[in-house]
Amino acid sequence: MSTRVTVLVGGSLAAALMVTAGCNPPGSTKAANSDTSVAAKSFVAPGAKDEYYLFYSGGHSGQVYVAGLPSMRHISTIPVFAPYPATGYGFDVESKSMMGKFTWGDVHHPGLSQSDGKYDGRWLFVNDNANNRIARIDLRDFKTRQILGPIPNSSGNHGSSFVTENSEYVLVASRFSVPLPKGRYADPSTYKTEYNGMVSGIKVDQKTGEMSVGWQVLTPPFNWDLGSTGKGPSSGWAFWTSYNSEMAHETLEATATQGERDYAAIVNWRAAEQAVKDGKATLMDGVPVIDPAKVPGVIYFLPVPKSPHGIDTDPSGRWIAASGKLQPVTSVFDFEKIQKAIAAKTFDGDVRGIPVIKPEAVLEGEVPVGLGPLHTQYDGKGNAYTSLYVESAVAKWTLPPWTDAQKKDLNTIVIDKIPVHFNIGHLVVGGSDTKEPYGRYLVAMNKLSKGRHVSVGPSQPESSQLIDISGNKMSMLYEAYTEPEPHFAQILKVDTIAPIEVYPKAENTDSNAVWEASQASVTRNGNKVEVKMMAIRSRFVPDKIEARAGDEITIHVTNVEQTTDMIHGLGIIEHDMNVVVDPGETKTVKFKAAKAGVFPFYCTNFCSALHQEMQGYLAVKP
Amino acid sequence: MNARLSAMHRILDRPVNFAGRGLLLVGIIVLLAGAALPLWRISLVAPQYAEGLTLDMYAYQIVAGNAGQDLAEINTLNHYIGMKPIVQADFLEMKVMPFALGVFALLGLRAVVVGRIMGLVDLAVLFSYFGAFSLASFAYRLYSYGHHLDPHAPMKITPFMPVVIGSQQIANFVQTSLPLAGTFCMAGFVLLLVAALWTSIREARRDQR
Repeated sequence: MSTRVTVLVGGSLAAALMVTAGCNPPGSTKAANSDTSVAAKSFVAPGAKDEYYLFYSGGHSGQVYVAGLPSMRHISTIPVFAPYPATGYGFDVESKSMMGKFTWGDVHHPGLSQSDGKYDGRWLFVNDNANNRIARIDLRDFKTRQILGPIPNSSGNHGSSFVTENSEYVLVASRFSVPLPKGRYADPSTYKTEYNGMVSGIKVDQKTGEMSVGWQVLTPPFNWDLGSTGKGPSSGWAFWTSYNSEMAHETLEATATQGERDYAAIVNWRAAEQAVKDGKATLMDGVPVIDPAKVPGVIYFLPVPKSPHGIDTDPSGRWIAASGKLQPVTSVFDFEKIQKAIAAKTFDGDVRGIPVIKPEAVLEGEVPVGLGPLHTQYDGKGNAYTSLYVESAVAKWTLPPWTDAQKKDLNTIVIDKIPVHFNIGHLVVGGSDTKEPYGRYLVAMNKLSKGRHVSVGPSQPESSQLIDISGNKMSMLYEAYTEPEPHFAQILKVDTIAPIEVYPKAENTDSNAVWEASQASVTRNGNKVEVKMMAIRSRFVPDKIEARAGDEITIHVTNVEQTTDMIHGLGIIEHDMNVVVDPGETKTVKFKAAKAGVFPFYCTNFCSALHQEMQGYLAVKP
Repeated sequence: MNARLSAMHRILDRPVNFAGRGLLLVGIIVLLAGAALPLWRISLVAPQYAEGLTLDMYAYQIVAGNAGQDLAEINTLNHYIGMKPIVQADFLEMKVMPFALGVFALLGLRAVVVGRIMGLVDLAVLFSYFGAFSLASFAYRLYSYGHHLDPHAPMKITPFMPVVIGSQQIANFVQTSLPLAGTFCMAGFVLLLVAALWTSIREARRDQR
């Protein structure tokens, strides 16, 4: 071979290598849509306002985040289960006592309060999967107002917060089963016999929103997962899916996935409520617990294929979609058929006294949506949207009633599919769980965002994507990096609520509030020092607190401002203390002045041109 | 000359004519309405106060915008430049004005019933003086607030005259001061008074010829 030929062949080879090296392997999706006209659809000009609130759960951050739609801008953080120095949450006496002994929670599924099956803008309920609690956020001021729990006899509060049509209850189901009552020991090898799960109705006081445990229904130790509440024909009912109906207790990944079907629970919560009224419950850890083997008509089981992870009632209340995450179909059940089956006792035996409904008697069809279907949302126009975890996509399909031709080939009802990036968990359509969904936007909450953003190191953010569902075809509008870790969200039309922006002075009932400099005081009682402090632009009154080492100091600080955004903070050097007080609010902090010295305190929330001057001294004598 | 003067005296001595009495009666109603309505608005607009802070001055009270909160806000802001807090109790005018307006209304009613043209002239002269004095006093108030600044205030600014009518920039604020319905009512009262005079005098002259 001549040198010339060698160079030629070598050169061509190198060129071919270079070309193929630059190509993506077949199957990889285009990373970006460069059509800039799409930007206009989510563009909210500076100074302009969003149309919708997106309340999304912050997962193990323990918080709830508020973003605007369609901009996807993060607007505010509502601290719930974890301290949040930015608003002083978890530092003052009240929020500290609300959080109890815990410093974190695992927020999964926010649920907006409803009246007549529609969002009424009163409250937002969120669950804590880790410490079995449920919290209520008041949408008048976007503040956490109550944390209930740990809920007795309930472990792993994952299957919540599902709000009934008129916010009578927030429904809760246990992800983990434990020996009951809590505190009892039984070896995990006795799981099948000694462990139990629980479905609970958290009663909501209609005036105050105050939550209490209304009733509980004992279940076998399945792992209850996600649920939804009924409406219309299914009014008064609630639904949950479960996994691990095998009742395995180790290596669940394999042992809990052996059965072809797991059970969904069909719960008549009105019957549960009535059973408690009729005295058919027994008290366990102070809560009326219903044993379904003894009280028929409260709960039924319905087999659903392959480890389902979600069951969603449509806006009409008739169609119920449950997806088996290990099988590429979504099963659609007809609640009217479920009622007939219950009436006619079309059962396949029972599990521990709980009747098992024959699935073929109530199944409307299995929709071949795609791989790894999880959750379904509805637009109120007859369409359903199912998240596909494994496939990283959202499938759009048509709800029944279907034509005979459609029934013959249910592939024809899957009308659109859009890729998401990547591994979508939940998805939310505004008002999907109400009678009147907004049906305009869908937010896909994705578990992985790898490679979509500039690198921020190994701790990768989650991504959420905004999809326009107003047309026949879904269209991707925007993506944002939502705080870890969004599980589920609720979308609320902005004009549904009118939050206050200052606490009116007239409403402040704190007996320790001071509104004028002349009322401010420092009082000593033994080794207790109590301060009534006023904060105003740009000073604290008093700005000197004298104490002795070992004193217990209580400061009641009132922000006397009545102007929007005139927020003051009180940070005390080397005392791990920062409380932030909104206009018109009084907050109380308690701490020990452990060591002698002079500790400056200062306003932590920038308030005015003389914010820096807003400071004082905690002077602690030896 | 003398003849002219005595002719004028004869006219001044004549009773107010029927039309004049009617106009005057309407004028008194307008005057009383003016006493109840806001006279002047001072507003302050800044980037962070886009919706504006407002003070409405009445004959007898100050009404601040945002359910009264704007006055507290203005005073809070003014403390930075050492301006004296604006407190309604300091406004002696607001005690005197309702009384004075009541006196004018009574004098007017007297003229409606038994008035002579001279009485109307007195009323017009006195009311004009009262109006001019009130405006001057208002201007002096503003001057006083803008000039008697606490020398120990956090921010030192050159003493300034808040604008009485119109707009001006003071630091980051645009201050606007404009008359409201009450002031227009007062002006209406004066116009109706002049109209009553005019029609009465015209009729008197016609009769003299």
